Amino acid sequence: MSTTATAIGVSPKRGVWGGGNEPLKASYGKLMMWFFLLSDIFTFAALLITYISLRVSFPSYGGPVDTFVGSNEYWPVPELVFDAIPFVHGVHIPLAFVGLMTFILILSSVTMVLAVEAGHRNDKKDVVKWLLWTLLGGITFLSCQAWEWSHFIHGTPSGSLITYVNNMGQTVSEIVFGANLSVNEYGPANFAQLFFFITGFHGFHVTLGVLLLFLAFYQAAVGIYEERGHYEMVEKIGLYWHFVDLVWVFVFTLFYLI
Amino acid sequence: MATQQNKSALEVMPRDEAKIKKIWKTAGILLLLTLVEFVFAFTLPRGFLLYFIFIALTIWKAKYIMMEFMHLGEEAKPLFYSIIVPLIFLVWLVIALVKEGSDIFIMRW
Repeated sequence: MSTTATAIGVSPKRGVWGGGNEPLKASYGKLMMWFFLLSDIFTFAALLITYISLRVSFPSYGGPVDTFVGSNEYWPVPELVFDAIPFVHGVHIPLAFVGLMTFILILSSVTMVLAVEAGHRNDKKDVVKWLLWTLLGGITFLSCQAWEWSHFIHGTPSGSLITYVNNMGQTVSEIVFGANLSVNEYGPANFAQLFFFITGFHGFHVTLGVLLLFLAFYQAAVGIYEERGHYEMVEKIGLYWHFVDLVWVFVFTLFYLI
Repeated sequence: MATQQNKSALEVMPRDEAKIKKIWKTAGILLLLTLVEFVFAFTLPRGFLLYFIFIALTIWKAKYIMMEFMHLGEEAKPLFYSIIVPLIFLVWLVIALVKEGSDIFIMRW
Protein backbone atom coordinates (compact mmCIF):
# COMPACT_ATOMS: atom_id res chain seq x y z
CA MET A 1 0.00 0.00 0.00
CA SER A 2 1.25 3.44 -0.82
CA THR A 3 1.81 5.62 2.20
CA THR A 4 3.10 8.77 0.56
CA ALA A 5 1.14 11.86 -0.33
CA THR A 6 -2.19 10.36 0.59
CA ALA A 7 -2.69 12.55 3.65
CA ILE A 8 -4.83 15.60 3.09
CA GLY A 9 -3.03 18.88 2.88
CA VAL A 10 0.40 17.54 3.84
CA SER A 11 3.35 18.11 1.57
CA PRO A 12 4.72 14.81 0.19
CA LYS A 13 8.18 16.10 1.16
CA ARG A 14 7.37 15.55 4.80
CA GLY A 15 7.56 11.80 4.53
CA VAL A 16 5.96 8.98 6.45
CA TRP A 17 6.99 10.11 9.96
CA GLY A 18 6.29 13.81 9.41
CA GLY A 19 2.57 13.52 8.81
CA GLY A 20 2.78 12.25 5.25
CA ASN A 21 0.54 9.30 5.94
CA GLU A 22 -2.64 8.63 7.83
CA PRO A 23 -2.25 5.93 10.46
CA LEU A 24 -5.58 4.71 11.83
CA LYS A 25 -7.27 6.54 8.93
CA ALA A 26 -7.08 9.84 10.80
CA SER A 27 -4.87 12.70 9.69
CA TYR A 28 -1.66 13.35 11.61
CA GLY A 29 -3.03 16.56 13.14
CA LYS A 30 -6.28 14.99 14.26
CA LEU A 31 -4.47 12.01 15.72
CA MET A 32 -2.14 14.23 17.72
CA MET A 33 -5.08 16.30 18.93
CA TRP A 34 -6.74 13.12 20.22
CA PHE A 35 -3.62 12.06 22.10
CA PHE A 36 -3.19 15.54 23.54
CA LEU A 37 -6.80 15.41 24.71
CA LEU A 38 -6.19 11.99 26.29
CA SER A 39 -3.32 13.47 28.32
CA ASP A 40 -5.50 16.44 29.24
CA ILE A 41 -8.26 14.06 30.36
CA PHE A 42 -5.76 12.58 32.83
CA THR A 43 -4.77 16.04 34.09
CA PHE A 44 -8.35 17.06 34.75
CA ALA A 45 -9.20 13.62 36.13
CA ALA A 46 -6.35 13.96 38.64
CA LEU A 47 -7.67 17.36 39.75
CA LEU A 48 -11.30 16.24 39.99
CA ILE A 49 -10.49 12.98 41.77
CA THR A 50 -8.41 15.02 44.25
CA TYR A 51 -11.56 17.06 44.80
CA ILE A 52 -13.60 13.90 45.50
CA SER A 53 -10.91 12.60 47.84
CA LEU A 54 -10.76 15.80 49.90
CA ARG A 55 -14.53 16.09 49.81
CA VAL A 56 -15.04 12.70 51.47
CA SER A 57 -12.39 13.51 54.11
CA PHE A 58 -14.65 16.28 55.49
CA PRO A 59 -18.07 15.90 57.12
CA SER A 60 -21.11 17.04 55.14
CA TYR A 61 -23.43 19.69 56.46
CA GLY A 62 -26.17 17.69 58.13
CA GLY A 63 -28.65 20.29 59.34
CA PRO A 64 -31.65 21.85 57.61
CA VAL A 65 -30.90 23.99 54.56
CA ASP A 66 -32.55 27.18 55.92
CA THR A 67 -30.25 27.44 58.92
CA PHE A 68 -26.98 26.86 57.04
CA VAL A 69 -24.01 28.92 58.18
CA GLY A 70 -20.57 28.73 56.62
CA SER A 71 -17.96 26.93 58.73
CA ASN A 72 -14.62 25.26 58.14
CA GLU A 73 -15.85 22.32 60.23
CA TYR A 74 -17.91 20.84 57.37
CA TRP A 75 -18.20 21.00 53.58
CA PRO A 76 -20.79 23.55 52.38
CA VAL A 77 -23.95 22.74 50.43
CA PRO A 78 -23.22 24.09 46.91
CA GLU A 79 -26.71 25.46 46.26
CA LEU A 80 -26.23 27.75 49.27
CA VAL A 81 -22.83 29.01 48.11
CA PHE A 82 -23.61 29.61 44.46
CA ASP A 83 -26.97 31.31 44.77
CA ALA A 84 -26.40 34.75 43.26
CA ILE A 85 -27.03 36.09 39.77
CA PRO A 86 -25.86 39.41 38.32
CA PHE A 87 -27.98 42.57 38.74
CA VAL A 88 -30.16 40.98 41.42
CA HIS A 89 -28.62 41.72 44.78
CA GLY A 90 -29.23 39.70 47.92
CA VAL A 91 -31.83 37.36 46.44
CA HIS A 92 -31.45 33.62 46.98
CA ILE A 93 -31.68 32.01 43.53
CA PRO A 94 -29.69 28.81 43.88
CA LEU A 95 -27.68 27.45 40.95
CA ALA A 96 -29.54 29.51 38.33
CA PHE A 97 -26.47 31.38 37.12
CA VAL A 98 -24.24 28.33 36.84
CA GLY A 99 -27.08 26.53 35.08
CA LEU A 100 -27.13 29.33 32.54
CA MET A 101 -23.35 29.04 32.10
CA THR A 102 -23.71 25.31 31.45
CA PHE A 103 -26.42 25.97 28.86
CA ILE A 104 -24.23 28.54 27.10
CA LEU A 105 -21.26 26.18 26.93
CA ILE A 106 -23.36 23.25 25.65
CA LEU A 107 -24.95 25.49 23.00
CA SER A 108 -21.53 26.75 21.90
CA SER A 109 -20.51 23.10 21.52
CA VAL A 110 -23.54 22.59 19.27
CA THR A 111 -22.67 25.56 17.05
CA MET A 112 -19.10 24.21 16.89
CA VAL A 113 -20.26 20.83 15.61
CA LEU A 114 -22.41 22.67 13.05
CA ALA A 115 -19.29 24.57 11.93
CA VAL A 116 -17.43 21.27 11.54
CA GLU A 117 -20.34 19.86 9.55
CA ALA A 118 -20.30 22.94 7.29
CA GLY A 119 -16.54 22.47 6.86
CA HIS A 120 -17.13 18.96 5.52
CA ARG A 121 -19.36 20.53 2.87
CA ASN A 122 -16.78 23.27 2.04
CA ASP A 123 -19.48 25.80 2.85
CA LYS A 124 -17.41 28.85 3.80
CA LYS A 125 -20.42 31.02 4.63
CA ASP A 126 -21.83 28.51 7.11
CA VAL A 127 -18.43 27.81 8.67
CA VAL A 128 -17.86 31.51 9.33
CA LYS A 129 -21.38 31.95 10.69
CA TRP A 130 -21.25 29.03 13.13
CA LEU A 131 -17.68 29.82 14.24
CA LEU A 132 -18.80 33.33 15.10
CA TRP A 133 -21.66 31.98 17.24
CA THR A 134 -19.24 29.59 18.96
CA LEU A 135 -16.82 32.43 19.60
CA LEU A 136 -19.64 34.49 21.08
CA GLY A 137 -20.67 31.58 23.34
CA GLY A 138 -17.10 31.13 24.55
CA ILE A 139 -16.65 34.81 25.37
CA THR A 140 -20.02 34.92 27.17
CA PHE A 141 -19.06 31.88 29.22
CA LEU A 142 -15.75 33.48 30.22
CA SER A 143 -17.49 36.71 31.21
CA CYS A 144 -19.93 34.76 33.36
CA GLN A 145 -17.06 32.96 35.02
CA ALA A 146 -15.28 36.25 35.73
CA TRP A 147 -18.43 37.48 37.49
CA GLU A 148 -18.78 34.20 39.36
CA TRP A 149 -15.18 34.45 40.61
CA SER A 150 -15.58 38.07 41.60
CA HIS A 151 -18.70 37.25 43.60
CA PHE A 152 -17.03 34.23 45.21
CA ILE A 153 -14.00 36.32 46.24
CA HIS A 154 -15.97 39.27 47.61
CA GLY A 155 -18.56 37.14 49.38
CA THR A 156 -21.87 37.90 51.03
CA PRO A 157 -22.65 41.08 53.03
CA SER A 158 -22.98 39.13 56.30
CA GLY A 159 -19.93 36.85 56.03
CA SER A 160 -19.40 33.94 58.46
CA LEU A 161 -17.72 33.58 61.83
CA ILE A 162 -14.70 31.35 61.17
CA THR A 163 -12.08 30.09 63.60
CA TYR A 164 -8.81 29.39 61.85
CA VAL A 165 -5.03 29.50 62.21
CA ASN A 166 -3.69 32.59 60.43
CA ASN A 167 -0.34 32.87 58.70
CA MET A 168 1.31 34.09 61.92
CA GLY A 169 0.42 30.77 63.57
CA GLN A 170 -2.23 32.32 65.84
CA THR A 171 -5.72 30.92 66.19
CA VAL A 172 -8.21 33.67 65.40
CA SER A 173 -11.99 33.85 65.40
CA GLU A 174 -13.41 36.54 63.17
CA ILE A 175 -16.07 37.35 60.62
CA VAL A 176 -14.68 36.35 57.23
CA PHE A 177 -16.04 37.81 53.99
CA GLY A 178 -15.59 36.06 50.67
CA ALA A 179 -12.69 33.76 49.92
CA ASN A 180 -8.96 33.60 49.45
CA LEU A 181 -6.51 30.72 49.44
CA SER A 182 -6.09 30.51 53.22
CA VAL A 183 -9.61 31.15 54.53
CA ASN A 184 -13.14 31.57 53.20
CA GLU A 185 -16.62 32.15 54.55
CA TYR A 186 -18.19 29.12 52.85
CA GLY A 187 -16.31 26.10 54.15
CA PRO A 188 -12.87 24.55 54.70
CA ALA A 189 -9.89 26.29 53.07
CA ASN A 190 -9.63 23.30 50.72
CA PHE A 191 -13.02 24.14 49.27
CA ALA A 192 -11.98 27.56 47.94
CA GLN A 193 -8.53 26.32 46.91
CA LEU A 194 -10.02 23.55 44.80
CA PHE A 195 -12.63 25.92 43.38
CA PHE A 196 -9.99 28.42 42.29
CA PHE A 197 -7.63 25.81 40.91
CA ILE A 198 -10.08 23.62 39.01
CA THR A 199 -12.43 26.25 37.60
CA GLY A 200 -9.38 28.44 36.95
CA PHE A 201 -7.61 25.69 35.02
CA HIS A 202 -10.78 25.04 33.06
CA GLY A 203 -11.19 28.76 32.40
CA PHE A 204 -7.62 28.85 31.11
CA HIS A 205 -8.55 26.10 28.66
CA VAL A 206 -11.63 28.04 27.56
CA THR A 207 -9.47 31.14 27.03
CA LEU A 208 -7.07 29.17 24.83
CA GLY A 209 -10.08 27.76 23.00
CA VAL A 210 -11.44 31.24 22.33
CA LEU A 211 -8.06 32.29 20.88
CA LEU A 212 -8.00 29.19 18.66
CA LEU A 213 -11.59 29.84 17.58
CA PHE A 214 -10.70 33.38 16.65
CA LEU A 215 -7.79 32.06 14.57
CA ALA A 216 -10.09 29.59 12.78
CA PHE A 217 -12.77 32.26 12.30
CA TYR A 218 -10.25 34.69 10.79
CA GLN A 219 -8.61 32.10 8.54
CA ALA A 220 -11.95 30.77 7.33
CA ALA A 221 -13.29 34.27 6.69
CA VAL A 222 -10.32 35.42 4.59
CA GLY A 223 -10.44 32.19 2.61
CA ILE A 224 -7.22 30.50 3.73
CA TYR A 225 -8.97 27.15 4.22
CA GLU A 226 -10.72 27.44 0.89
CA GLU A 227 -7.36 27.91 -0.77
CA ARG A 228 -5.91 25.00 1.21
CA GLY A 229 -8.74 22.84 -0.10
CA HIS A 230 -10.10 21.57 3.23
CA TYR A 231 -11.46 22.76 6.57
CA GLU A 232 -9.60 20.26 8.74
CA MET A 233 -8.36 22.96 11.13
CA VAL A 234 -11.97 23.67 12.11
CA GLU A 235 -12.37 19.99 12.93
CA LYS A 236 -9.25 19.90 15.13
CA ILE A 237 -10.18 23.04 17.04
CA GLY A 238 -13.68 21.59 17.31
CA LEU A 239 -12.30 18.51 19.07
CA TYR A 240 -10.56 20.77 21.59
CA TRP A 241 -13.68 22.85 22.12
CA HIS A 242 -15.88 19.80 22.73
CA PHE A 243 -13.31 18.58 25.23
CA VAL A 244 -13.59 21.85 27.15
CA ASP A 245 -17.35 21.31 27.26
CA LEU A 246 -16.84 17.72 28.36
CA VAL A 247 -14.68 18.82 31.30
CA TRP A 248 -17.25 21.41 32.32
CA VAL A 249 -19.94 18.72 32.50
CA PHE A 250 -17.85 17.00 35.19
CA VAL A 251 -16.91 20.24 36.97
CA PHE A 252 -20.60 21.17 37.07
CA THR A 253 -21.61 17.87 38.65
CA LEU A 254 -18.82 17.74 41.23
CA PHE A 255 -18.74 21.38 42.32
CA TYR A 256 -22.29 22.54 41.96
CA LEU A 257 -24.46 19.46 42.40
CA ILE A 258 -22.73 17.10 44.83
CA MET B 1 -10.30 38.46 -10.19
CA ALA B 2 -10.12 35.93 -12.95
CA THR B 3 -7.54 33.92 -11.02
CA GLN B 4 -9.76 34.09 -7.96
CA GLN B 5 -12.55 32.39 -9.86
CA ASN B 6 -10.29 29.67 -11.14
CA LYS B 7 -9.05 28.99 -7.63
CA SER B 8 -12.41 28.46 -5.98
CA ALA B 9 -12.62 24.92 -7.23
CA LEU B 10 -14.01 23.80 -3.87
CA GLU B 11 -17.51 22.65 -4.53
CA VAL B 12 -20.03 23.60 -1.85
CA MET B 13 -22.18 20.62 -1.06
CA PRO B 14 -25.82 21.01 -0.01
CA ARG B 15 -26.81 20.77 3.64
CA ASP B 16 -27.45 17.29 4.95
CA GLU B 17 -30.66 18.05 6.83
CA ALA B 18 -30.82 14.64 8.52
CA LYS B 19 -27.34 15.13 9.97
CA ILE B 20 -28.12 18.65 11.20
CA LYS B 21 -31.35 17.41 12.74
CA LYS B 22 -29.40 14.73 14.62
CA ILE B 23 -26.99 17.36 16.00
CA TRP B 24 -29.87 19.43 17.38
CA LYS B 25 -31.49 16.28 18.78
CA THR B 26 -28.26 15.47 20.66
CA ALA B 27 -28.19 19.04 21.96
CA GLY B 28 -31.76 18.61 23.19
CA ILE B 29 -30.83 15.40 25.02
CA LEU B 30 -27.83 17.09 26.68
CA LEU B 31 -29.90 20.04 27.84
CA LEU B 32 -32.66 17.73 29.05
CA LEU B 33 -30.21 15.62 31.09
CA THR B 34 -28.81 18.82 32.65
CA LEU B 35 -32.33 19.92 33.49
CA VAL B 36 -33.06 16.54 35.12
CA GLU B 37 -29.90 16.92 37.26
CA PHE B 38 -31.08 20.37 38.19
CA VAL B 39 -34.51 19.16 39.32
CA PHE B 40 -32.99 16.26 41.28
CA ALA B 41 -30.64 18.67 43.08
CA PHE B 42 -33.64 20.33 44.72
CA THR B 43 -36.11 17.47 45.09
CA LEU B 44 -34.16 14.37 46.15
CA PRO B 45 -32.57 14.05 49.60
CA ARG B 46 -28.77 14.37 49.61
CA GLY B 47 -27.00 11.07 49.96
CA PHE B 48 -25.32 8.20 48.21
CA LEU B 49 -28.24 7.48 45.85
CA LEU B 50 -28.41 11.07 44.61
CA TYR B 51 -24.65 11.23 44.03
CA PHE B 52 -24.79 7.95 42.15
CA ILE B 53 -27.56 9.31 39.90
CA PHE B 54 -25.59 12.52 39.29
CA ILE B 55 -22.43 10.67 38.28
CA ALA B 56 -24.35 8.22 36.08
CA LEU B 57 -26.08 11.12 34.28
CA THR B 58 -22.73 12.92 33.88
CA ILE B 59 -21.07 9.89 32.30
CA TRP B 60 -24.12 9.50 30.05
CA LYS B 61 -23.71 13.12 28.91
CA ALA B 62 -19.97 12.59 28.40
CA LYS B 63 -20.77 9.63 26.15
CA TYR B 64 -23.05 11.78 23.99
CA ILE B 65 -20.42 14.53 23.66
CA MET B 66 -17.66 12.09 22.71
CA MET B 67 -19.71 9.97 20.32
CA GLU B 68 -21.98 12.54 18.67
CA PHE B 69 -19.98 15.79 18.83
CA MET B 70 -16.41 14.50 18.67
CA HIS B 71 -17.35 11.61 16.31
CA LEU B 72 -15.12 9.21 18.21
CA GLY B 73 -17.38 6.33 17.19
CA GLU B 74 -16.65 7.00 13.52
CA GLU B 75 -12.87 6.75 13.95
CA ALA B 76 -10.98 3.53 13.22
CA LYS B 77 -11.46 0.94 15.97
CA PRO B 78 -7.79 0.96 17.13
CA LEU B 79 -7.96 4.75 17.61
CA PHE B 80 -11.27 4.43 19.45
CA TYR B 81 -9.86 1.85 21.86
CA SER B 82 -6.55 3.69 22.35
CA ILE B 83 -8.56 6.65 23.66
CA ILE B 84 -11.13 4.70 25.72
CA VAL B 85 -9.11 1.84 27.22
CA PRO B 86 -6.52 4.00 29.11
CA LEU B 87 -9.43 5.63 30.95
CA ILE B 88 -9.91 2.33 32.83
CA PHE B 89 -6.93 3.39 34.99
CA LEU B 90 -9.06 6.23 36.32
CA VAL B 91 -11.49 3.74 37.87
CA TRP B 92 -8.71 2.51 40.13
CA LEU B 93 -7.64 6.08 40.97
CA VAL B 94 -11.19 6.90 42.06
CA ILE B 95 -11.43 3.77 44.25
CA ALA B 96 -8.00 4.36 45.83
CA LEU B 97 -8.48 8.04 46.61
CA VAL B 98 -12.05 7.68 47.87
CA LYS B 99 -10.81 4.98 50.26
CA GLU B 100 -7.93 7.25 51.32
CA GLY B 101 -10.27 10.20 51.82
CA SER B 102 -12.69 8.24 53.97
CA ASP B 103 -9.82 6.91 56.09
CA ILE B 104 -8.64 10.49 56.69
CA PHE B 105 -12.22 11.31 57.66
CA ILE B 106 -12.28 8.52 60.27
CA MET B 107 -8.91 9.59 61.73
CA ARG B 108 -9.74 13.26 61.87
CA TRP B 109 -13.37 13.50 62.97
